Amino acid sequence: MNLPKIPIGTWIEAAEDWLKAYGGPVFGGIKTGIGSTVDGLADTFNYLPPLAMIVIFTLLAFAIGRWRIALFTLLGLLLVDNLGYWEHTMETLALVLTAAIISVVLGVPLGIAAARSNRLQALLLPVLDFMQTMPAFVYLLPAVAFFSLGVVPGVIASVIFAIPPTIRLTNLGIRQVPEDLVEAADAFGSTPMQKLVKLQLPIAVPTIMAGVNQTIMLSLSMVVIASMIGAQGVGADVYRAVTQTKTGVGFEAGLAVVILAIILDRLTQHLVKAKKKR
Amino acid sequence: MALIEVNALTKVFGHDPKRALGLLEQGWSKERIAKETKLTVGVNRVSFAIEPGEIFVIMGLSGSGKSTLVRLLNRLIEPTAGQVLIKGKDIVKLRAEELRRVRRETISMVFQKFALFPHRSVLANVEYGLEVQGVPRAERREKAQRTLELVGLGGVAGSRPDELSGGMQQRVGLARGLANDPDVLLMDEAFSALDPLIRKDMQDELLELQASMQKTIVFITHDLDEALRIGDRIALMKDGAVVQIGTPEEILTNPANDYVERFVEDVDLSKVLTASHVMVRAETVAMDRGPRVALQMMRERGISNLYVVDKARQLLGVVTAEAAAEAASAGRSLADIVQRELPTVAPDTLLAELFDLVGGAKVPPAVVDERGRLLGIIIRGAVLGALSGQTPPREAGDAG
Repeated sequence: MNLPKIPIGTWIEAAEDWLKAYGGPVFGGIKTGIGSTVDGLADTFNYLPPLAMIVIFTLLAFAIGRWRIALFTLLGLLLVDNLGYWEHTMETLALVLTAAIISVVLGVPLGIAAARSNRLQALLLPVLDFMQTMPAFVYLLPAVAFFSLGVVPGVIASVIFAIPPTIRLTNLGIRQVPEDLVEAADAFGSTPMQKLVKLQLPIAVPTIMAGVNQTIMLSLSMVVIASMIGAQGVGADVYRAVTQTKTGVGFEAGLAVVILAIILDRLTQHLVKAKKKR
Repeated sequence: MALIEVNALTKVFGHDPKRALGLLEQGWSKERIAKETKLTVGVNRVSFAIEPGEIFVIMGLSGSGKSTLVRLLNRLIEPTAGQVLIKGKDIVKLRAEELRRVRRETISMVFQKFALFPHRSVLANVEYGLEVQGVPRAERREKAQRTLELVGLGGVAGSRPDELSGGMQQRVGLARGLANDPDVLLMDEAFSALDPLIRKDMQDELLELQASMQKTIVFITHDLDEALRIGDRIALMKDGAVVQIGTPEEILTNPANDYVERFVEDVDLSKVLTASHVMVRAETVAMDRGPRVALQMMRERGISNLYVVDKARQLLGVVTAEAAAEAASAGRSLADIVQRELPTVAPDTLLAELFDLVGGAKVPPAVVDERGRLLGIIIRGAVLGALSGQTPPREAGDAG
């Protein structure tokens, strides 16, 4: 038994080299786009003094959810500010929102396409499994290779890791639209596009939003990992605390992540419920 | 010309379904094909023609292929073979764009479980067919509102479908089907999910609407009473094939085979047969005749009443033998003694509703049409005879 090792690693690196050699302008464009989105969002969140932003977030939470969420938002964000992590938390929020936006923009159309074609679904599902189970660190390497250090490879790695739920649940939500409703839409002569926009998407919205919620949570879980390749934010604070074994600092910065996660989670969940009621 | 003509329409489910076509031609049964080829014959070479304005009922037990058949008519299910000609155009051959136009303008559909869009208001549901056609908002709103009023739901336009009762929801379904003013309305077990009393109301309402709209309706049901009540003609299906096509009476009085006979033997005839089936010829006399003539006619025919009509056979009243005898001795005319109050019924009155009238009346009730003309009379014996399964007497029709 002396089979030669299959050189998967070599192949991957060859592909990486090829992409680096020929995909330069594309990656450059992507890098600029993502980089300026994250920076723009971070600058916006940090433009007003923290207290003003906290009031805005609280009002937003009150408009979408109930007063309990609003109260939690108020107290949680005040704590973050008090601990001194406000600016970094806003940077993290910008990173997470950018990853979430990209995931929705790419994931929803992919999910729709998968819902329409059993073949595409069969092809896509194992790829999604792969994306979610491959250790997330592995995405950092090619991301750094293509986009160098900084926030952009962090966003890219987050998107790869976090996009599967949006695709999956969009696919599921559209496939779960009751058959007789689809039949009715067909019987009245809807085009496939009309059927999608007037029937399937509106009915699938709660399911799709559940996917978006999971995507946001997964990209939050990537912020510490992303900080290893130079993404700024509270993730970087946690990472630094870990490397310097400062338990107290690590805990404080981790708490900021948790508060952000709870607010985002409750708000996206309530977005769905509010829509359902109306 | 028939509005819908269906020729040898066939649907076979399974892999490579065309294989089954030759086997069906050779007379293989559905079971044998299923066993030897794993193909399921849904609809087996069905042919019929439907005239404009007709309510054509397709009836059969579950699994008989009726729901598949109705979906072949608008190609929600693709036929395996055969033709569906609607206004002379073969639906089976249409390309996607042309098919959509037919679905938007010519055929619409009402579903068993209503299939209302839960995220849209009642009005927006009714609007749907017009909306996908690209009708401007104001115009389609107005049309949808008018159609809602037609089915008696003008007041709930802003509600959500799930806020309405089952009967109301199906009215919305019906309004949605009617809003784009189609020539053909396909109704797939449209009333089957409703409870019996509501179902009967909806049947009445459909008939009422149909009297003014004159749509061509293809109505699917598994309920024989429903089929007999609303169908102008009925196609009875079994194992994907049509076993018999005929008017409700033809099916009842002349079943094509044992299957149909078993199907219809439990029917409550009193809820199917109408006054026009059991009426007999009325003996009549003109108003200007004298009482002696009337008496003479009664004596000759062995009867005790004569119905008085004018030249257009308008019913004026009835004279009894006693009154005529009295008048004859007193020298009065028929006009003096004619009894103008007498029970009358319309020809489509069900026998079930005639019992009390026939039992309580002194003279046999007269059957008159909507213009007041005398068509015949109802005698007790004929009603009982019809209910006991004897072929209804038909002299009344001959006399017309």
